[in-house]
Amino acid sequence: MLLIHCPYCAATLPELEFAYAGEAHIARPADPSTFSDEQWRDFLFIRTNARGLHFERWRHVHGCGRFFNAVRDTVSDKFLTTYKAGEPKPELEALLKAAGKDAAE
Amino acid sequence: MARFSAFSLMRHALTGHRDWPAQWPDAEPKAEYDVIVVGAGGHGLAAAYYLAKEHGVTNVCVLDKGWLGGGNTGRNTTIVRSNYLYDESAKLYDHAIDLWDGLSQDLNYNVMFSQRGVMMLAHTVHDVQSFQRHIHANRLNGVDNLWISKERAKEICPPLNISPDARYPVLGAAWQQRAGTARHDAVAWGYARAAAARGVDIVQNCPVTAIRRGPDGAVEGVETAKGFIKAKKVAVSAAGHTSVIMESAGVRLPLESFPLQALVSEPVKPVFPCVVMSNTVHAYISQSDKGELVIGSGTDQYTSYSQRGGLPLIEHTVAAICEMFPVFRRMRMLRKWGGIVDVTPDRSAILGKTPVPGLYVNCGWGTGGFKVTPGAGHTLAHTVARDEPHPLNAPFTLERFTTGRLIDEAAAAAVAH
Repeated sequence: MLLIHCPYCAATLPELEFAYAGEAHIARPADPSTFSDEQWRDFLFIRTNARGLHFERWRHVHGCGRFFNAVRDTVSDKFLTTYKAGEPKPELEALLKAAGKDAAE
Repeated sequence: MARFSAFSLMRHALTGHRDWPAQWPDAEPKAEYDVIVVGAGGHGLAAAYYLAKEHGVTNVCVLDKGWLGGGNTGRNTTIVRSNYLYDESAKLYDHAIDLWDGLSQDLNYNVMFSQRGVMMLAHTVHDVQSFQRHIHANRLNGVDNLWISKERAKEICPPLNISPDARYPVLGAAWQQRAGTARHDAVAWGYARAAAARGVDIVQNCPVTAIRRGPDGAVEGVETAKGFIKAKKVAVSAAGHTSVIMESAGVRLPLESFPLQALVSEPVKPVFPCVVMSNTVHAYISQSDKGELVIGSGTDQYTSYSQRGGLPLIEHTVAAICEMFPVFRRMRMLRKWGGIVDVTPDRSAILGKTPVPGLYVNCGWGTGGFKVTPGAGHTLAHTVARDEPHPLNAPFTLERFTTGRLIDEAAAAAVAH
């Protein structure tokens, strides 16, 4: 079972308290009426599906109920970091250095 | 290829079965092919076989990063059925069952296709209504599916608990007699043997690292661990790893990869005569010819390429199995494993051409690709050979995510299927 750190509760808790909520940093269209079919497709359906480091959203459903973002390695399932919603994407280079060699696939 | 027959079996018995030849040669890649298939699972091997058999394209190479049939082909729960709601799906899956029917004879290889029937349990009023709608839709499409009472369900499958005191009591079931199971390894081996006999090269342990495109945008070939291999056409049939390979050709797909788990028990005497599935408690079970109970679990909630999956799912599945079949409460489980499945937003496959000339894709089968192995291979071969869709795979395009013409089996099944 994954152990996930909630940045709001500042606690590391079992996966069962959390709900996965898909890829992170997918911005809603600023002006939806001008969006083409291709742009709608990319927004709604196309996902990075990264093999390696992946930016993703989680929600602490059985805790504070809030959404937050995470960086996880999808090969080892190891979390590199979690951070609050609205914060910018963390620098991957620095994260990898901090996590050491084992997280770098 | 030496044909299998009762006579050849007897002849080899005289020499103690010690002189059977290799079923197919482990090929080294040539410099150039007409068609390269990426992924030597059931789907890829079937496509190569039908390319050679029905379209006369024999200069074909099937590449795999590991061993043949070692991905999802060897990791699924071997269930074959076609009771899908939408016209497009029902036709394609039923086409696959038509091919399953004569597959052992066609390949001269026993794939152990056993039409023992698949029972889908209804536990709630919603299930009853939704399954009856499925049954009506299926019968309009000529797909075999029947509503049965819980008593009839118990007659067919004696270990089933139909007591009204169950946590999720059984109210009835949908029964597809034509459905059943097949031996998954034999499907890969049978297609490999029959394809190799028609001149197809099968290259194992040769990962494709990238797809190379020429200045005009068309496919030129693939970069592999054994160097560059030129090809006029490339068909990608790589299940959970499709996104990674297609990204190298500049094609982004509406796919997410999840681990899907299954487990088997210790082998016991025949006790379970059919396949039973339950969407509501989300577990499915059958008994293999070796006697193991084969139990299917669900996908993890998060995307992953780990081929493991988390234990909470197994716990949930086993709890559901014990509730439906109290007789299995003391059964010991032997092992569990995971395979990486590629899931589309509408839970229907993408099978056909891509925006890149000469590049074809067969992906997005999600949690239910084994059952369609012959059908997917057959229609993919048609699409690759003629550069146009087969009538049965024409609706399963990549463009449907732009036009909005989805085949929304996700909403129809209410779970991954």
